[in-house]
Amino acid sequence: MGRQPYKSILAGWGRHPVVEGLVYKSENLAAIVGAATLSRGLGRSYGDASLPANAHSPVADTTWANRLLSFDPVSGLLRAEAGVSLYDLNRVFLTRGWFVPVSPGTQFVTLGGMAASDVHGKNHHCEGSFGEHVRRLKLALADGRIMECSDTEERELFRATIGGMGLTGHILEVEFSLRPIPSPWVWCESERLDDLDAITAGLKEAAHAWPMTVAWVDCLARGKKLGRGILMKGRWAEIGEAPRRLFSWKRRWRVPFQFPGFVLNRASMKLFNLAYFWKHIPRHRAGVMHPEAFFYPLDGLDDWNLIYGRRGFTQYQCVLPCETDNAPLRRFLELFRSLGGSGFLCVVKDCGAEGKGLLSFPRPGLSIAVDFPVHPRKTQALVDRLNELVIEEGGRIYLTKDAFTRAEHFRAMEPRLESFNAIRRRYDPQARLRSALSVRLLGDNF
Amino acid sequence: MKAVLFGASRGMGRAVARLLAARGEKLFLLEHDLEELHRSARDLEIRGAEGPVGVGHCDLLQPQTFAPALEQAQRVLEGFDTVVVTAGLFALQEELERDAELTARLLAADFTNTVLFCEEARKRLLAGGGGTLCVFSSVAGERGRKPVILYGAAKAGLSRYLEGLDHKFRAVGLKTVCVKPGFVKTSMTAGLKPPPFAGTPEAVARRVLKAIDRGRPEVYVPSPWRGVMCVIRCLPRFVMRRVNF
Repeated sequence: MGRQPYKSILAGWGRHPVVEGLVYKSENLAAIVGAATLSRGLGRSYGDASLPANAHSPVADTTWANRLLSFDPVSGLLRAEAGVSLYDLNRVFLTRGWFVPVSPGTQFVTLGGMAASDVHGKNHHCEGSFGEHVRRLKLALADGRIMECSDTEERELFRATIGGMGLTGHILEVEFSLRPIPSPWVWCESERLDDLDAITAGLKEAAHAWPMTVAWVDCLARGKKLGRGILMKGRWAEIGEAPRRLFSWKRRWRVPFQFPGFVLNRASMKLFNLAYFWKHIPRHRAGVMHPEAFFYPLDGLDDWNLIYGRRGFTQYQCVLPCETDNAPLRRFLELFRSLGGSGFLCVVKDCGAEGKGLLSFPRPGLSIAVDFPVHPRKTQALVDRLNELVIEEGGRIYLTKDAFTRAEHFRAMEPRLESFNAIRRRYDPQARLRSALSVRLLGDNF
Repeated sequence: MKAVLFGASRGMGRAVARLLAARGEKLFLLEHDLEELHRSARDLEIRGAEGPVGVGHCDLLQPQTFAPALEQAQRVLEGFDTVVVTAGLFALQEELERDAELTARLLAADFTNTVLFCEEARKRLLAGGGGTLCVFSSVAGERGRKPVILYGAAKAGLSRYLEGLDHKFRAVGLKTVCVKPGFVKTSMTAGLKPPPFAGTPEAVARRVLKAIDRGRPEVYVPSPWRGVMCVIRCLPRFVMRRVNF
């Protein structure tokens, strides 16, 4: 067993689209990737990035390839198999005083997925994305060759693989440095702000003094209140600030079943946004926070995607260049509102410099992410309109979240696509490695 | 605790080994694939196992490798007090019915050779003044059931053997822990449709470790399987003939 593929229902975190696929799964990842056309980890990308191109293209599930291979307790240099989850890594290293240099908003991701999506975190303005910290990758190429790549060996392959959505090769091992931290706790200061100008000004100002910043925005407020929200700034707590009690992990709850579709409507979302905004009763708040509450607020609720019901949901995340002012972001929010879009969680973050990944998402500007339920007719039109705005503003979207973008829109917002395709063709002329996303956006067809 | 683990590179064995490593125990790993073994050993060291984690070649299909492997473990660990056996073979009933050679291999691995390994381990544990012998059997051995006739027969034999060991040697300090997993999501069951109460290796490992610490002779994992098997054991023959589980 194990070496035989089996049928499974596959979907991204947004549960749209859902497909039936063939899955190989084994502790020995190198032995199964040869037969697979794509690797997938914990399936936390929202759309179709982790889905096979069709029902006959097997995927390799990496999550059992989860061994730590070497760790240098002086420099923090870690090498691990691609299926190691951030959750696992945190359990092993956080209380020993080490943390990943860049963490996304959930810990249920694998290292392979973090590299392939080139994830970013609250510290992007200081540290860049995860790919900036990856030292080396071990890849299994489409032709079966096993290859190490880094800044000095197979540099182009390395740059294409970081943020390359798993299309350049199966990532087998990842090497990067963990960061020493003074305590496992986070000192967090948060502020309730009344409009978008205050939010973006706050992010800009905090960027100099704080290693981690993020803002939650009420995307249903309009007029003068447009873009009101809560700004969070954080840094690792010093030992003196940390609570005396023993560090313990947070308890997790589970959404027991799929909610019916009507639970999430405009009224309930409005209520949620209102409550979230006013839950922050004092204008300023400061104190020590549990790292899981700070980095992974939604991880405390397993299967929270079931709240969106049978139709699933999608997240739209884009980055807009905002050198002079926040006008592009304002236009985005106004368009989103005017198109009848409504979402629970709308997160704004300032991005720093562009990284080395050829298809990586972040670039200087403001990133905005918003969740909304999939509607059979409206969602495609909504995403199309948002994409047109992003193209006009010179921004780009985050492939890891995407399920609806059209190929022509993607080409228009991604001038780097040609060089990515050229490198991909060099290592995989027949485009043997492919995903539902690459069929949709990069024109892989049969 | 100084523990020898047979089959800790995969599934439930890996999960048990990681919990032991996180507690800082001294470990020694046995398996047939040396490269996998070295990788697993590094993993356990980083996760907190005390000192270098030793490895030795041991193949469940080659009983002559058992004694030298345990000999080596004893040398490296300077004696051990716990042995955990998770190695085993699994195949579907239909495959086994088609392939007599596979059947012979599975019966040998899951019964004869596992018992031979336990005998070697038992002697060494008793010579060292006792300890814990924890072996993974299966709920498949509880009752003759249509989908697991051959595998179940081997595991039934193994369970009886372990029960006997417990009766004879507990008084002189050898605790036997017979683990009876129901459906657990590992490479053994990949692709099979998980029934209700399917468990994860991590949850199983936590329960098994508790059983080892307390020296419980028998443990069902995940726990609801104790109740499920209790019902199945009570079903009369005419019912068992009709149902397909």
